[in-house]
Amino acid sequence: MWTAILVAALGCYALKLAGLSLPPRVLAHPVVARVADLIPVALLAALVAVQVWSEGGTLTMDARTAGLGFAVVALLLRAPFLVVVVGAALTAALLRLL
Amino acid sequence: MPHASLPPAQRRTILGEGVAVGVATGAYGISFGAVSVAAGLSVLQTCALSLLVFTGASQFALVGVVAAGGAPISGALTAILLGSRNALYGLRMAHLLDFHGWRRAAAAHVLIDESTAMAVNRPTTAEARLGFLTTGIAVFVLWNLATLAGALAGTALGDPRTYGLDAAVGAAFLALLWPRLADRRHQVVAVLAAAVALGLVPLTAAGVPVLAAAGVALLAGLLTGRRTAA
Repeated sequence: MWTAILVAALGCYALKLAGLSLPPRVLAHPVVARVADLIPVALLAALVAVQVWSEGGTLTMDARTAGLGFAVVALLLRAPFLVVVVGAALTAALLRLL
Repeated sequence: MPHASLPPAQRRTILGEGVAVGVATGAYGISFGAVSVAAGLSVLQTCALSLLVFTGASQFALVGVVAAGGAPISGALTAILLGSRNALYGLRMAHLLDFHGWRRAAAAHVLIDESTAMAVNRPTTAEARLGFLTTGIAVFVLWNLATLAGALAGTALGDPRTYGLDAAVGAAFLALLWPRLADRRHQVVAVLAAAVALGLVPLTAAGVPVLAAAGVALLAGLLTGRRTAA
């Protein structure tokens, strides 16, 4: 675990420093700009899906789906981040109590 | 003293805005702390992530992959891929901030979504630096304090599933993704990436599906490029 933490720390810092140090024309290449724009979208969407609908190598559907449903509604209503996250947790927790 | 030339009223406005963003962002450091401990990291490891990695989405990604049973190193790779957007911010900010040597090395650590947002539209280097540093430092301090508070609270809570903390992780990723979904192409990539990741869940080791989803971004970037070129 500590190796992973240090690798992530070094990698993320190197990217930040590279951004401040590289000449800006790197971005001018349209494919680089497009891929860089799309990577966070793809990763975050995949993280949502895997986090909510998988459990140890199998696909599942449980109270987490209801939590995500709450998050969608809260985001549509422009609720702040903390409301979205805490509300999703409470929704799932309440459903498990039933 | 790079800000000496700014009028005091303007300095106060920029400082106030930076601190306000820091407080708002720090608040979700609490959820990060709790989620990270729930994923099985120790309080010390959780705090190390906030101190050393210091870029929220990447930190959530690392603990999210670990929580799903993935190898920590594939969590780290996902975190680094997500951190690539900070390099883009840097490319946009370098000229405006005009930092060199050790100042640049130090500034790089607080180069994140919030500090970029609070500086990128300032007309002068003095204003941009003040907005960037105030926001960056305020977020850094509050994010780390909040992480510690969340981690300690998470440890005291016991089984995270009772409180729905496993559902909180998915909601956090969705909230981070949400502002990017206004664009039609982003929506298509998001749906495809989620489908690819879910399709790979039964076939591969945990952590691989999320990394493979980055391939969707790569393909989409290359293919749409060819279409516009033709």
